[in-house]
Amino acid sequence: MSELRRTPLHAFNATRGGRMVDFAGWDMPVQFASIVEEHRATRRAAGLFDVSHMGEASVTGPEATAFLDFVLTNDISSMESGRALYSLMCYEHGGVVDDLLVYKKSDDDYLLCLNASNTAKDVAWLESKLSGFEAKLDDVSDDYALLALQGPKALEILGGLTSTDLGSLSYYWFAEGEVAGKPCIISRTGYTGEQGVELFVSPGDAHELAEAIVGAGEPLGLVLAGLGARDSLRLEAGYSLYGHEIEEDISPVQANLMWTVKLKKAADFIGKAALIAEKANGPSRKIVFFKTGSRRIVRSGTEVLANGEAVGKVVSGTFSPVLNEAIGSALVDAASLQAELSVDMRGKSMRLFQTKPPFIELNP
Amino acid sequence: MNIPQDLKYTKDHEWLKLLDNGEAIIGITDYAQQSLGDITFVELPEAGDRFDSGAPFGVVESVKAASDLYMPIDAEIVEGNAELEDAPEKVNQSAFEEGWIVKIKILDASQISGLLDAAAYAEIAEN
Repeated sequence: MSELRRTPLHAFNATRGGRMVDFAGWDMPVQFASIVEEHRATRRAAGLFDVSHMGEASVTGPEATAFLDFVLTNDISSMESGRALYSLMCYEHGGVVDDLLVYKKSDDDYLLCLNASNTAKDVAWLESKLSGFEAKLDDVSDDYALLALQGPKALEILGGLTSTDLGSLSYYWFAEGEVAGKPCIISRTGYTGEQGVELFVSPGDAHELAEAIVGAGEPLGLVLAGLGARDSLRLEAGYSLYGHEIEEDISPVQANLMWTVKLKKAADFIGKAALIAEKANGPSRKIVFFKTGSRRIVRSGTEVLANGEAVGKVVSGTFSPVLNEAIGSALVDAASLQAELSVDMRGKSMRLFQTKPPFIELNP
Repeated sequence: MNIPQDLKYTKDHEWLKLLDNGEAIIGITDYAQQSLGDITFVELPEAGDRFDSGAPFGVVESVKAASDLYMPIDAEIVEGNAELEDAPEKVNQSAFEEGWIVKIKILDASQISGLLDAAAYAEIAEN
């Protein structure tokens, strides 16, 4: 096995008590003190997450917009400079290559933020689709560390460290500025359902930036948070995670993500025909979210039952610290969506109560 | 790491507190609760249930994983710690006291000599 990769904040994480685990080939902190406490602190005040393992790619050139409109499902041509946009990247058959954020710097200059586990695959996929477009793709993952500062106090903490006007930076917009004297892309985005930013920063500046945020944030209740809390926060917020709610063989029709697929945009795009057909015929299965009324976590991979028959599988399961019960999502045969769903937990039947995400009120 | 001297231990990171009346209290060690992380659920057996030494008698679940509990000694359940139903985090907060899991009646006292003392357990937990 090859050695685990380390983010520029590896030493910072390790010396501050991060419990390090292998995540997609990266040595990442799954937690610092307690997943549940990091989760609660992020909802109550703020959490700081090292997400530098995520990949970045730049797409430049006179046909960068046209290229992205061809490979991505969302409408790139209608983006304004300074905007961030969530999009899927699909295969011809409608399954998902990855979900990602697109940052538009100008008409011929975009930055993509990619899932760590998919970065190499994404870059190869994008490169294979470039021919015919006057556009250039570069894997710039090593140029950036990425810090997510999330929570109701996040903007107050950041406000003391930057002259960028955060009040005029709306949700899903970004600005280039300085934080604690370090040049950053300040993006009003996140994966928690709370207010906050994601900061792209040079790897050499990441450690000092993190120290400055901790220094400013701790008096306001900020904690360091790991990937464990990142996952429970995103699931409580009802956000999809690649490899769980979306996959190579789970389409956006099945994942309830058609709001990110602009079938009416002018450009043809990869997967369009398959998605139109699947939408018209109705998907064979769908992602549903569920509560349990129990504290017992239903783990990913558990078979979902209806009337004693297997009708799907759980794809995400965690404990919601806000609701104080186990929550999750499952991929279920369309024919059984109205049925009473349950799982077998070591011989005991447990009901899954379908619910519309998010599980909590979001305040991003 | 906290390993009280007056308790018996197993290699599965459980502790037993032997009582004077042929009963014992069982819990998981500080090492075990730290490894599991935030405990969200404990499945307890019913009073009167009997288990052979080595048999699974319950489950401790954390955000990260579910872990079986193994009976260290032939036993009959006297009671489970009902407080854990609403507050399983007590196992994290107080593994050796408030976070106890079951009280048992020991059915074969000769097995007690097979349990680990604090020093022997410390070697396992610290490696």
